[in-house]
Amino acid sequence: MSSNPCAIVGIGQTNHKTRRWDVSLGGLVREAATRALEDAHMTWADIDAVVLGKAPDLFEGVMKPELYLTDALGAAGKPMFRVHTAGSVGGTTGIVGSHLVEAGIHRTVLSLAYQKQSEGNAQFALGSGRGASLGAGGAFAPYMRSYITQTGAPADVGPMVAVKDRLNALKNPYAHLKLKDITVEKVKESPMMWEPIRYLESCPSSDGACAVIFTSLEGGQAAAADGRPPAWVLASSYRSEPSSFPGRDPVWSAGAADCAAEIYKSAGITRPREQIDCAELYVPFSWYEPMWLEAHDLADRGDGWKMVERGDTALDGSFPVNMSGGVLSSNPIGASGLLRFAEAAMQVRGTAGEHQVDGAKVALAQAYGASAQYFSMWLVGSSLDAVG
Amino acid sequence: MEPVAIVGWALTPMVRRTDKSEARLLFDVVTGATEDAGITRADVDFSCAGSCDYVAGQAFSFVQNIDAVGAWPPKRDSHVEMDGAWALYEAWVRLQLGDLDVAIAMGSGRSSTADPATIYPMEMDPYYLAPLGADAVSLAALQARVLLDAGLVTERDMAGVAARTRADAVGNPYAQVSGEYDVDALLKEDYVRAPLRKHDLSPITDGAAAVIIARGDKARELSDNPVWITGFAHSAEPHQPGVRDLRASTSTARAAKAAGADGHFDVAELQAAFTHEEPLLTAALGLGPDVAVNPSGGPLAANPVMATGLVRVIEAARQIRDRGKQRTLAHATSGPCLQQNLVCVLEGTK
Repeated sequence: MSSNPCAIVGIGQTNHKTRRWDVSLGGLVREAATRALEDAHMTWADIDAVVLGKAPDLFEGVMKPELYLTDALGAAGKPMFRVHTAGSVGGTTGIVGSHLVEAGIHRTVLSLAYQKQSEGNAQFALGSGRGASLGAGGAFAPYMRSYITQTGAPADVGPMVAVKDRLNALKNPYAHLKLKDITVEKVKESPMMWEPIRYLESCPSSDGACAVIFTSLEGGQAAAADGRPPAWVLASSYRSEPSSFPGRDPVWSAGAADCAAEIYKSAGITRPREQIDCAELYVPFSWYEPMWLEAHDLADRGDGWKMVERGDTALDGSFPVNMSGGVLSSNPIGASGLLRFAEAAMQVRGTAGEHQVDGAKVALAQAYGASAQYFSMWLVGSSLDAVG
Repeated sequence: MEPVAIVGWALTPMVRRTDKSEARLLFDVVTGATEDAGITRADVDFSCAGSCDYVAGQAFSFVQNIDAVGAWPPKRDSHVEMDGAWALYEAWVRLQLGDLDVAIAMGSGRSSTADPATIYPMEMDPYYLAPLGADAVSLAALQARVLLDAGLVTERDMAGVAARTRADAVGNPYAQVSGEYDVDALLKEDYVRAPLRKHDLSPITDGAAAVIIARGDKARELSDNPVWITGFAHSAEPHQPGVRDLRASTSTARAAKAAGADGHFDVAELQAAFTHEEPLLTAALGLGPDVAVNPSGGPLAANPVMATGLVRVIEAARQIRDRGKQRTLAHATSGPCLQQNLVCVLEGTK
């Protein structure tokens, strides 16, 4: 491997809300980027290239927005690269940024992902302007029903995930939803949206952005020496698969499993449940938490829901999941994947504040998109040899 | 840098309108490019596609294209909402990591499904410029006027570019517009948008392209004459045309420098979608009169948006593999008045 080590030395995100009337698209991305630069003790001049990710342009009605956002992101005079891999795009945006450093092409790279959903009508855009869209919940509901049928998981598991993530969000100053008095009963009383998913088991629609700054081995070591521990990218992977054909199983996605297998092999993980301290998984609908635990070999097949039921995935559990509050609490779609990746990095840097997992050294992050057919994933560590 | 070479490619016919879906166009070029490289889909370690939802008229349009990749078992895969030339850039970066050997990059677009004058204003700043309805042709006309006023080009020069490229395109089976044209006759035509006449514009084209790249020994194993990528870089300029010097393409010059694109080139394939862009780009790249520019006819002969830049790479590679040239340059662009530019240097095996 000619791959060089890559350090994450800056992370910034916006305050996520239903509508950020106070900022333009350019203002929104700049808010996240500026916070990442401050975190990295850098200026725009230190950034060699920008990688921009977002989900469909039709959501805001701006075609190829990297052109317009070149100015706001200080990318004039630099390479500006635009990624779009559906809901997994935030993750892929992080991976492409890290590759530029790992390949030795650039020293310092800014990856930024965003969505300003209030600028348009996502449901309308998902139907390609023709309406009648099922939306993501409608597309995923059959997979979640299959999961429940095949594993015999009790009905409370989904609501338990919803409550856990929303309570975690209360500890995250950037989270969109702050549902202080949420309970399993309240979730079960909320309207059924797409069987088995109720209103309070669904993600919100958010405006938001996330920025991550990558730099070389030397840059990471310099930050560490300055008392600002970096997160190190231990491994990353992406996979895509066709949306539907008889050989595909969207409940235990082969693409998701392949990502996990590649990462574990690359990072020397043989017992993921023990060697990884916590995970940020892309859970826009509650039942995806147990599904992903199984698809990523963090639980045995059919046992993911048991981890939820036992409280293993709570912030103080044995394997915390979605410490930030997750996609269930903030969902600026294009940014949601990078927010997961960034949260994992914050955990191993020890900068996650009230939602910090004590002593987290190795963290996993994942994102998925389209009809659960695009996957991206990375593993970050507090050091390059953090995997014990 | 890891040595990476182009070992196969394929193009669709370039036509004003096709009934084939974008996925179907891609299926043809994925099949064609893998056959050209002597491999199967199973040999491809990474795929990256370039396309545009607004051109397709549908959110997540590229998702349907994954079928063309044959992504089963699941494939390491990515997508850029940019021209396929940038998809090739991502694939090249991926091979630089040193653990994978073969990648495919694609570009596809069907401009026939929509009215470019309606959709292209939407790539402008949504607050100040998009509401003006300024499309790519209007902004290109603005830049052409700047060049004319600066004395850097004449309308006769522009017609000369059109006549030369259309004549060159006669020998290109993939050309959509070709033939012998008289410059004086072209100059008698009405303006489409002054100072641009119809011959100053690229045709509206449906089409797709795919390129296979391979690393080091694998490239030598697959091809007797691999076309090595010896320089690859891109760069952006400010979006607002008002804050740029439209008489020059500074980001092209920057990308060329970063790609090491100096010295002699036998051929340069430039994504000059308007006639006045050709002298602008040749100046930015420092190309002398000894360099054959767009012998394929270039975008003025066929302009499958989101694939046009990747076609330039293919045509530059063809000059080395099939025409015996040694060193060529490919250029791709995105955005109003050449806002973003990419330069790829290709060399043959000595």
